[in-house]
Amino acid sequence: MSNYTILSVSDLRKYFTTAEGVVRAVDGVSFNVKHGETLALVGESGSGKTTTGHVIMGFYPPDGGKIIYKGAYELSIPMKKRPLELKRDIQIVFQDPGTSLNPKRLVKDIISLPLLVHRIVDKRRVYEKVAELLEYVGLSEEYMFRYPHELGGGEKQLVAIARALAPNPSFIILDESTSALDVSSQAKVLNTLVKIQNELKLTYLLITHDLGVVRNISQRVMIMYLGKIYEEAPTEEFFKLPMHPYTQMLLSSIPTLSEEDEKIKPRGIESVGEIPSAVKPPSGCRFHTRCPFAKQICMEKDPPDIIVNNNHIVRCWLYE
Amino acid sequence: MSGATVSEVKFSELEKKVKRENWRRIWFRFKKSKLSVIGLSMILILLFMAVFAEYVAPYPSHAGLYIAFKNAYKPPSIEHILGTDMYGRDVFSRIIFGFRYAFMMIGLVLSIVVPTGVILGLIAGYYRGTFIETVIVRLSDIFISLPPLVLALSIASILEPNIFNSMLAVSLMWWPWYVKLTYSMTVSLRNEPFILAAESQGASTLHILFRELLPIELGTILTKVTLDAGWVILIGAAISFVGLGAQPPTPDLGTMVSEYSKYLPEYWWMSLGPAAGIVLIILAFNLLGDGVRDVFAGE
Amino acid sequence: MLLEINDLHVYYKSYWYILKVLNGVWLRVDKGERVGIIGESGSGKTTLLKSILKILPQNGIIPRGEIRYDGKNILKLGDNELTKIRRKEIGIIFQDPMAALNPVFTIKEQLYDIIKHKMMIEGHNPSSKELHEQAVKILNDVRLPDPERVLKSYPFQLSGGMRQRVMIAMALISAEKLLLADEPTTNLDVTIQDQILKLIHKLVTEKNLSTILVSHALGMVYQMTDRVFVLYAGDIMEEAGTNELFNHPKHPYTQLLISSTPRLSSVGVGEGIKGKIPDYRNPPPGCRFAPRCPYVMDKCINMKPGKIQVNRDHVVSCYLYD
Ligand SMILES: Nc1ncnc2c1ncn2[C@@H]1O[C@H](COP(=O)(O)OP(=O)(O)O)[C@@H](O)[C@H]1O
Ligand SMILES: Nc1ncnc2c1ncn2[C@@H]1O[C@H](COP(=O)(O)OP(=O)(O)O)[C@@H](O)[C@H]1O
Ligand SMILES: [Mg+2]
Ligand SMILES: [Mg+2]
Repeated sequence: MSNYTILSVSDLRKYFTTAEGVVRAVDGVSFNVKHGETLALVGESGSGKTTTGHVIMGFYPPDGGKIIYKGAYELSIPMKKRPLELKRDIQIVFQDPGTSLNPKRLVKDIISLPLLVHRIVDKRRVYEKVAELLEYVGLSEEYMFRYPHELGGGEKQLVAIARALAPNPSFIILDESTSALDVSSQAKVLNTLVKIQNELKLTYLLITHDLGVVRNISQRVMIMYLGKIYEEAPTEEFFKLPMHPYTQMLLSSIPTLSEEDEKIKPRGIESVGEIPSAVKPPSGCRFHTRCPFAKQICMEKDPPDIIVNNNHIVRCWLYE
Repeated sequence: MSGATVSEVKFSELEKKVKRENWRRIWFRFKKSKLSVIGLSMILILLFMAVFAEYVAPYPSHAGLYIAFKNAYKPPSIEHILGTDMYGRDVFSRIIFGFRYAFMMIGLVLSIVVPTGVILGLIAGYYRGTFIETVIVRLSDIFISLPPLVLALSIASILEPNIFNSMLAVSLMWWPWYVKLTYSMTVSLRNEPFILAAESQGASTLHILFRELLPIELGTILTKVTLDAGWVILIGAAISFVGLGAQPPTPDLGTMVSEYSKYLPEYWWMSLGPAAGIVLIILAFNLLGDGVRDVFAGE
Repeated sequence: MLLEINDLHVYYKSYWYILKVLNGVWLRVDKGERVGIIGESGSGKTTLLKSILKILPQNGIIPRGEIRYDGKNILKLGDNELTKIRRKEIGIIFQDPMAALNPVFTIKEQLYDIIKHKMMIEGHNPSSKELHEQAVKILNDVRLPDPERVLKSYPFQLSGGMRQRVMIAMALISAEKLLLADEPTTNLDVTIQDQILKLIHKLVTEKNLSTILVSHALGMVYQMTDRVFVLYAGDIMEEAGTNELFNHPKHPYTQLLISSTPRLSSVGVGEGIKGKIPDYRNPPPGCRFAPRCPYVMDKCINMKPGKIQVNRDHVVSCYLYD
């Protein structure tokens, strides 16, 4: 399998001007996504995950940095000005199943839009293709003629996934796509996502705050806090050797269901405090206000990149 | 090729069935309220009378210019159930023709106002934050800030007073309300994930406006249309009443009330009939409007 | 036994139809016991909690059933006695603090009001100094930093976590015997969830309160409770001690629910549950899970299974164990 870099983000910034001041939602983020992998972007709400995804989609332009897609496309251009093939190749599945499907359109119309826009199939074959896509995500063809309100939350997300798959994309952003679901529907959606990824060689950017989900479908993890990335590691290693105190705090907060799971959680760190406002982020390491190990230097200077091993990087003064 | 056609045909049959099912559901919800069914039936009856006025009216020739002084000023009787006027015309027959004008007014005004307002509102909301929005919103605000009747009257008085121009005047004061309604709904829907999804997949602006946004807004718009229909009649009548609308001998209800009111109180039946006709239409549309609202409110 | 519910039916009436939501629910909570209720959203968990306090929405009716609290049948109590129980004995933490806090009053006004009513029931009319002391104390109890500032704030000026703490504070004032917590951390981050759960756990232990914790997050219930009831579509499917239930689930529904939960120590989740919660206008006449059950049998479709005791501490409502 060719592991070329499909998406390369460097020093990405996005600021919002609000009544309270400038929100530094994404503040110098760099990462690469390899073809065929699932890269998880994890952090508390307000850390800038959705903003990162939306900038990649082109919903608003970045205020700095570069996003290069497949080595050829510059993604700083807004969605509307992007060439059609980009609109086909990059897809998104949103968080809230209640608002991600138009309530007045039949499932068939929802899924056939990208098929027709991108001429994936002949007009006369649309029904068949929609049925095939529904079947593929685990829904029977009779769902074609339902309205969104006639579906459960998990079914709606599956339809949203079918819609994203319709134009044969390479890259899908999953923004908390299972967060609003019950575990039983979440399981179905997760299994479907894994299956189609393997069969279609898709690349996912998985935005989530649920480390259980991360463990199950991602190959690499990035931890984001207040607009910056503080740790990245392959999933296996991430759960074995979480380094950043913030990562440890996230892990130790998970209510587990078994003894084995409990053993994964780091000891000696407890969740304290709340994420501060992104308008006036703390100086130095932004996590220092909640960090039990904070030193003088943490308040003063941005932590350096510490390379733990090839693929594991942590940004923390503790390991200097 | 042929195999595909078979299942495609099956699917499109199914789709038609679902769409039919929708209509049935709408009708089911509508008829839950007896009053709205009464409203609808009233409108259908009035519409029938208006269309076939020549056959329904007992004295069709009395509609316009017709003089038979020996019959003038007759109170209601078996031959003339709503009496006759100062020229001896049958008031009831004239009212039936009046309905025809009333429906024409409604049709004319709404077919100008609704498409204009809705399209402008959709565009303004969709292009939020651009000068297109500013222009449309400002313009409609200006029209809204002018007192409606004064506006209509001044326009009607500049132009030649006839029924067509008075309806043009009414339309001019009415469209901004549809802009406002559609605009505010569009703005709140504009950044919903399902719109972003369609846009990011490459849907055209026309598709977004008319296939994604409009269907959601349609219910509210239709409710307003039915509730407004009665008001069109009322405003039209007001313009006619002050003499700037249709001119006698046009059997327009407002014009009739205006003409006949000079003969109050002795010849009360002359004004009573057309006034009741106006009330009847307004009532019918309001009852219908409530039903339409119920159909869409449940969603 | 502090609370015992038997054969509770709750319907929601609408103009056009009746939703038959709770369908003969049973439940029991001992003194000092921490009970969990799990089930998918829409199963009727909130409805069940609200019936205990008799605060169902206007269209909610209770055609049948019994809720015995401290020896009294809640459903037969007069308004005065109910008010007393609501103000002094049973407190509730709602899922959405924004819906429970009044947006136009400051936290101070809302807290004072609750404290005052409670003290008046105790036959004491507090001075404003006493009110203030009590309010600050209770905010300290829930670890809210800077209580004076919180008191002056309106709900929208607080973060989600802080609002939830205020809700807990309010619930604790009125919870001298029983605390009901309805998904108290659903919209919060895991870090905040962890803080809140530990807080609730500590306060409940200190005051020796009985609790009912409702959630669709299984890990949380596993960590926080002694006994669990599984509610699906208005029916209790299974009841057992927490360890027993999570380690030896019997009902197919419980099994699927547990196997669907992602683990930290291993990869792979169960296949989930096909279909969705039934339409309450026309619920399945037999076992309400039958239409989605992989082991469904003929009799499941026609007749609701009774309670089957599988062992001393474990009851299941499923024909597989008949
Ligand atoms: N359109 C916007 N206008 C102003 N502030 C925004 C906007 N979108 C997001 N933010 C702010 O940016 C920060 C990051 O938000 P978001 O990307 O949604 O975080 P996450 O997805 O990690 O929860 C938050 O403080 C949020 O309030
Ligand atoms: N006031 C109400 N009127 C009508 N239906 C209601 C009302 N409240 C809740 N329901 C319905 O009752 C069912 C159970 O709801 P709820 O008790 O909130 O479930 P849970 O808390 O388990 O998610 C749902 O189908 C819900 O839509
Ligand atoms: Mg987000
Ligand atoms: Mg609930």
